[in-house]
Amino acid sequence: MERVAEFLWIIPALPLLAAAAIALMRRRHRRPAATLAIGSLVLAFVASCVAFAATLRPAAGEGLVRLHHDFAWFEVGGAAFRAGWLLDPLSAGMLVMVTFVGSLIFVFSVGYMAHDANFTRFFGFLSLFAAAMLGLLVANNLLVLFMCWELVGLASYLLIGFWFSKPEAATAAKKAFIATRIGDLGFLIGIVWLHHATGSLLFYDDGAGCLEQGAIARLVAATTVGGMAVSTAISLLLFCGAIGKSGQLPLHVWLPDAMEGPTPVSALIHAATMVAAGVFLVARVYPLMAASPAGTDVGAGAHAAHTTALAVVTWVGALTAVFGALVAVAQDDIKRILAYSTISQLGYMMMGLGTGGPAVGMLHLVVHAFFKALLFLGAGSVIHGCGGEQDIRRMGGLRRAMPVTFATYAVGMMALSGFPLVFSGFWSKDAILHAAMVWEPSRIPFVLGLCGAALTAFYMTRQMWFVFFAPRVGTPHGEPHESPGTMTVPLVVLAAATVLLAVPATPAWPWFHAYLAGHLDELHAGWNAGAGVVAAMAWSILAVAVGVAVSWRLYSRTPAGTDAIEIALPRVFRALRARLYVDEFYAATFHRLARWASLASDWADRFFWGTIVDSTAWIARGVAWVGRVFDNDAVDAGFDAGCEGTRGAGKWASRIQNGQTQRYLRLLAAGIVAIVAVLAWSGTR
Amino acid sequence: MNGFPAITLLTATPIVGALVLAFGGDRGERRARATALGFALLALIEALVIAWGFDGKTTAIQFPERHAWIPTLGVEYRVGIDALGILPLLLSALLVPFAIAVGTTPPERPHAYHALVLLLQAGLFGAFTALNFFHWFVFWELSLVPAYFLVKLWGGSERRAAATRFFVQTFAGSVAMLLAMQAVFVATGTFDLPRLAELGRSGALARALETRLHWPGVAPASLATLVFAGVLLGLAVKVPLMPFHTWLPDAYSSAPTGVTMLLTGALSKMGVYGFLRILVPLFPAQIRASLGLLLGLVVLTIVASALAACAQKDLKRMLAYSSVNHLGLCLLGIFAAMQPVAAGPTWALERATALDGVLLQMFNHGIVAAALFGFVAAIERRSGGLVGTHDFGGLRTVAPVFAGLMGISVFASLGLPGLNGFIGEFLVFKGSFALAGAATSVATLGLLFTAMFLLTMLQRVFAGPLDERWKTFPDLTRAELAAFVPVVGLMFALGIVPGLLLRLVDPGIVEFVKRLGP
Repeated sequence: MERVAEFLWIIPALPLLAAAAIALMRRRHRRPAATLAIGSLVLAFVASCVAFAATLRPAAGEGLVRLHHDFAWFEVGGAAFRAGWLLDPLSAGMLVMVTFVGSLIFVFSVGYMAHDANFTRFFGFLSLFAAAMLGLLVANNLLVLFMCWELVGLASYLLIGFWFSKPEAATAAKKAFIATRIGDLGFLIGIVWLHHATGSLLFYDDGAGCLEQGAIARLVAATTVGGMAVSTAISLLLFCGAIGKSGQLPLHVWLPDAMEGPTPVSALIHAATMVAAGVFLVARVYPLMAASPAGTDVGAGAHAAHTTALAVVTWVGALTAVFGALVAVAQDDIKRILAYSTISQLGYMMMGLGTGGPAVGMLHLVVHAFFKALLFLGAGSVIHGCGGEQDIRRMGGLRRAMPVTFATYAVGMMALSGFPLVFSGFWSKDAILHAAMVWEPSRIPFVLGLCGAALTAFYMTRQMWFVFFAPRVGTPHGEPHESPGTMTVPLVVLAAATVLLAVPATPAWPWFHAYLAGHLDELHAGWNAGAGVVAAMAWSILAVAVGVAVSWRLYSRTPAGTDAIEIALPRVFRALRARLYVDEFYAATFHRLARWASLASDWADRFFWGTIVDSTAWIARGVAWVGRVFDNDAVDAGFDAGCEGTRGAGKWASRIQNGQTQRYLRLLAAGIVAIVAVLAWSGTR
Repeated sequence: MNGFPAITLLTATPIVGALVLAFGGDRGERRARATALGFALLALIEALVIAWGFDGKTTAIQFPERHAWIPTLGVEYRVGIDALGILPLLLSALLVPFAIAVGTTPPERPHAYHALVLLLQAGLFGAFTALNFFHWFVFWELSLVPAYFLVKLWGGSERRAAATRFFVQTFAGSVAMLLAMQAVFVATGTFDLPRLAELGRSGALARALETRLHWPGVAPASLATLVFAGVLLGLAVKVPLMPFHTWLPDAYSSAPTGVTMLLTGALSKMGVYGFLRILVPLFPAQIRASLGLLLGLVVLTIVASALAACAQKDLKRMLAYSSVNHLGLCLLGIFAAMQPVAAGPTWALERATALDGVLLQMFNHGIVAAALFGFVAAIERRSGGLVGTHDFGGLRTVAPVFAGLMGISVFASLGLPGLNGFIGEFLVFKGSFALAGAATSVATLGLLFTAMFLLTMLQRVFAGPLDERWKTFPDLTRAELAAFVPVVGLMFALGIVPGLLLRLVDPGIVEFVKRLGP
């Protein structure tokens, strides 16, 4: 079993090979492409289960299963740069979740994309997406994780822009890539800093890894600008990447637009891949984030550390949770509501990581993946059944036309809202709220979390009302119909999983929680010794009840086609519908600034630098001109005058030689007289 | 000392090809192209054989040849390859056949065109192997002359102005460098680069310049700085470093696209190579003295060129600025490595990391930029010369393979992991951040803007509704595929196994770093 880690690469390699093979296939090979993609992911699921089983055995010694296998990737500066694969409860749990949910989404896509001309290409991109995400999970090296992280970004770019002929889709794809890349700049700086400071990017390397005691102790001891510990600075830089990828404030703007992609892609992005990556990253580097000079309790999930980095994570998460829930209240697009609910839920996960540690945040991530995939696929089924309609106000009464979709969607809705006891979402959210309640630095995140919970129940009830209960509104798309089996079966499976997952997530038997935290020996202990568990639960139930009751009361009495809040609070509603003007704010500030800077650079190039260079040329020309003038008027003029004089003299002299003998004789005589005179004159002296 | 003259043979191959073409007369485009391609492929095979025989583990100069040439002037014919030269040499050998195959052969005087292309390659080979300054300079200039005529005779509408600007600016730089190196010769009596490197390292060069040169009106102490500035100017124009880059967008956009592939892919590397071969070994103290200014200029180059690229409406000008941006990263790595540090393995490692990154970045940028311009040439052939970013739209619908391969090249250019551009950039950033943190952090903005303009370009050209004019835009032909597929394959191979290149250069770079001083 120790060698499991050595073969861990097989899990991402399976879908990657499928993606490569599909890339070489022709457009008409639809069935082989889908078969290959689904087959490879199902195999990856089986392999993940094997890996998962390996982590269940209690490990010798520490009580924490952590297997890794490393190899030299290349040599730089005479030293080997090593990469590797890592298997621990964190990655094993995620592997099973991603491959399981992913497989169901793949199956669902067969039905959903059946009429698309680029069906084959679609499965290629899906496989690439899954491969990149799985690679990210098994990486034992932050650079390898970053590479897969970027490939996840590429795959999402390709899939969001899958219908590239639609300008909105192409724009959304670009927006997703660039918004996440803004976060990635911080991430990259964090990576190189961590590498420099610890000398390794391997997470775990038998004591020499960058997340192990030795390295962490050094990072905590060193300080940087403003007296901040290096560990805090690096943590915050790495968190920038998570903010971008996991749609946290203020980089969340790409996530709602990402629904321009086909609905299975939205399900994949919002549930199993992409946004999960950011949360996973924070959980992965948790030992770094939790490092404080007071001594670190690495790997312990039960009692979270209080550090600056984790406080930032908590606050960003709490604000995002409320923000997403607020905006979702006023959206009409069925997918857009779910998109904002994802933003909000990701905020909860961050809050859970910050206040309760990796187990709390990851529990919600895993559970959320199931019911969010369920909701998105359910929404896809609704859209499919309504002939492409996405506006919830123009649906209504679908519970009779689409019974399976309705029943499963209701399960997802109740899990998301946190209906008590039988739904997994309740327990995972309760764990977060409980952690926030006992969080020492502040109670505000807990209050924000409760508000978010009430709002979540509110907008999900509103959505259920409009889609399934409201009186039927006639649409131009004909009668709605239930979707085919390839689409409903995944819905049923996901709904069942959503309910069943509640069992290992309860505080009475917190098996999953303990597993993620790596405390298998505490298998049957009650969690957190019970302090405040009941109180947190009561608050949470109260919030949900208020949200559902208010929403149901408001909407069941509103006339069809209108919105209760729109009538009551039109200005608030407008602001929420416009997503609190965040996009507009960015367009007015950053976009304009970037545009201005690029025009300025271009202008500087054409005129400023160009002028300097050209003026140098002009100066040279000027010097040349002065030289020419000097040459012409001084040197040449003198030369010319000399020439002219010589020529004149010559002319004059030539006139003498005119061929007349008498003149020659006369001159000869004059010459002789002159010579004689001179000689006589000199002789007399 | 003199074994089999492998390098002379390599340099002679394109010269022979150029002579064959020049004296063979005009026998049509096909014939000229085939002949040129034949010689270029022959040179490629020779270069691959040399690379095969190149031992990455030793740090000695390999394949050496040394003959007296003009003994009174200290001029020797001295060639050889070490870690600095092997990758640019391979790159030149690779890009010329690629450019001949992908670039459009002009219908007028095709034999002369290809003869000049081969002559250019000879200049590149010579410059990347020469170990004597005089000899190096001859080839450096030799590559400039064919480039000038290629732009001037076969370029676009602005060719005359562009060619003149290109020639005058680079030539002015060359003259400054030549004068500076003559001063070095007067002071030291040698043009031998390894010997001069030793003098530069020990500081004897600066002392010799101070004591032996007597320039009226110049304080002896500032003589070394003046000479350094002359060499720097020559190299900075070539790379280019802002603000000496203004010739470049015009030249790149006016040159025939096949020639632009070589200008950006190979010729620009001569500048970076010159920094490593001449400036860094000869003038380490002078670089350190002006490091703040140089790093500032590099960051300006990286960020401003990426921003300027965002504002371009013409594919060729956009890619030209993108080239400036990528080469800026090379200079960032070089200057960061010159940052004074305490002795110790940590800092030596960071320096080696940055310089390994520089060499990788040179090679990878060469391939990717040439491929991108190659795709532009293919677009030009189909569009009748149109290359505006707004002239197209939705081309992916009609030319999916074209869009796919060009898309891969674009992502390689913006540093997507798994493709060749990434590891080089990462190593440069990794080494530079440790050595020059602030400058490197600002420089990362270049990565963001690069993504912005490249993705905007992809969107405008390939996505959106199909423009009516291009309904019959043909996808890549078999011949084009035969040229592009191996190069795109190389992007994947080098991205996944960067060790293929690193093992050739890393030991040499470690040795190079040892000699950098504090």
